[in-house]
Amino acid sequence: MNSPGFPRRPWRLAAEASALVIAVVVAFPLYWMVLSALKPTGEIESSEPRPWTLAPTLDSFRRVFGQQEFGRYFANSLVVACTVVVASALIAFLAATAVTRFRFRFRTTLLIMFLVAQMVPVEALTIPLFFQMRDFGQLNTLGALILPHIAFSLPFAIWMLRGFVKAVPEALEEAAQLDGASRSRFLWQILFPLVFPGLVATSVFSFISAWNDFLFAKSFIISDTSQSTLPMALLVFYKPEEPDWGGVMAASTVMTVPVLIFFVLVQRRLVSGLGGAVKD
Amino acid sequence: MSSGSPRPFRGATPWLYLAPALVVLGGLFVYPVYQLGLISFFEYTQAQVSGGEPATFQGLGNYAELFGDGQFWQVLLATVVFAAACVVSTLAVGCALAVLLTRVRAVPRLALMLAALGAWATPAITGSTVWLLLFDPDFGPVNRVLGLGDHSWTYGRYSAFFLVLLEVVWCSFPFVMVTVYAGIRSVPAEVLEAAALDGASQWRIWRSILAPMLRPILVVVTIQSIIWDFKVFTQIYVMTGGGGIAGQNLVLNVYAYQKAFASSQYGLGSAIGVVMLVILLAVTLVYVRLLRGQGEEL
Repeated sequence: MNSPGFPRRPWRLAAEASALVIAVVVAFPLYWMVLSALKPTGEIESSEPRPWTLAPTLDSFRRVFGQQEFGRYFANSLVVACTVVVASALIAFLAATAVTRFRFRFRTTLLIMFLVAQMVPVEALTIPLFFQMRDFGQLNTLGALILPHIAFSLPFAIWMLRGFVKAVPEALEEAAQLDGASRSRFLWQILFPLVFPGLVATSVFSFISAWNDFLFAKSFIISDTSQSTLPMALLVFYKPEEPDWGGVMAASTVMTVPVLIFFVLVQRRLVSGLGGAVKD
Repeated sequence: MSSGSPRPFRGATPWLYLAPALVVLGGLFVYPVYQLGLISFFEYTQAQVSGGEPATFQGLGNYAELFGDGQFWQVLLATVVFAAACVVSTLAVGCALAVLLTRVRAVPRLALMLAALGAWATPAITGSTVWLLLFDPDFGPVNRVLGLGDHSWTYGRYSAFFLVLLEVVWCSFPFVMVTVYAGIRSVPAEVLEAAALDGASQWRIWRSILAPMLRPILVVVTIQSIIWDFKVFTQIYVMTGGGGIAGQNLVLNVYAYQKAFASSQYGLGSAIGVVMLVILLAVTLVYVRLLRGQGEEL
């Protein structure tokens, strides 16, 4: 690691020390969340907060899971996020293939439109989407949360996947054709596995946008709360006047853990995926 | 047969591949944008929603009402300043830590990377509540450590905005850090070594080699940050209880939500949405043009 251009020893040690300190600071809110979820209620609300607990308890988690339909909200969130991830990955893969491996009229126009679409603040579309969902009878259903998020994650996903599809050599397609493989066979059995790392990186973004969604859940699920998602369940414990901090932190932990697991699983692919997408 | 570029293909196949994307985008993106513009020209309140009264065309009435309202200008200014502060801080922290990552060995690098992934993975709503607890006047650890007693961060306008800014930077710097770090890593090591052997200083290497090569990446992360930070909703909504005391912490997004869904003025809310859309498109297009003026291809 002593290549030229790398700082000398004392500087590197200082850099490493600060990296560790910063890591601790960045991780601290998450540590505090889990800690508070495990503390007994009295201890959370002590005016001398301690960074550890002598009496860890699962009471807060019991309260959260005992709350009506919490499991259902959790399942709803999973259904929404997974559907969005899978659907937008497939649709974006097809579209990215079309714009990179074919030349056709309006190709550039389409690419520019995908770029511009990324700049549209989707939150501004809450009002028209509300009426649209109402007209299609989708209010108070998971469809009202799934459909818009598929649309919103597409432009970014298509842009990111473009680089990956481009990186697959043309010669491979020709060889496949010579071997008599049909176009769709090439698409699904050769191209798809090759761009899979790119799909993983893009799916991180679609997963987060769907899992985090608060505005649409708040605006589109108005009367049938059994169709609600985790952010809404969390608000049951968060009353601005008198929040049940143990409940809020336990619900927060339950809501954060799946995403954390997902991130750790795809960590390497995410970093290389971003590198691959931006190199293009 | 073996041309490097895609071959000319005049059949329907590309359109077949594009069809699902175009259907979804057309129905759930293009059409709502059109509708947003349309609703903003109408008087559209609870009466029209329930079908009791027909929607009446107002022309620019909603916009006139909006622009004549002092609160709108105040919210607009707050939104722009707040978003700009978030973007600048996020980019500064993200880029600085990306550079730091390239200077350290595997263990500190992994530690910082994992911590950042954790912050990134945290949903906005849980991040908001955790930061509120950390800064709670009665039992948050931050006030104890800083010796601030029971100072309330969400009470004052600026300290509330500052608290939200901290949370926003915390959960959005990781995207910048990881992307820029991936970009730096994709610069061939030989180039950097050659420059160092030629006696180029660190600053010179950054300015003459890394910065130009990283520019496309910086464009992406800057635009994404502008888009994300300009439309922050959850953090403001949760951390300041729907926009702060007497609406002191409102930003356009929350303002539009309050107008539309809380007071059923959908036409007015849509007009705010249109204003947001126009500002964001303008900011991003100006930025893209500036970069293209410098010979950057997008």
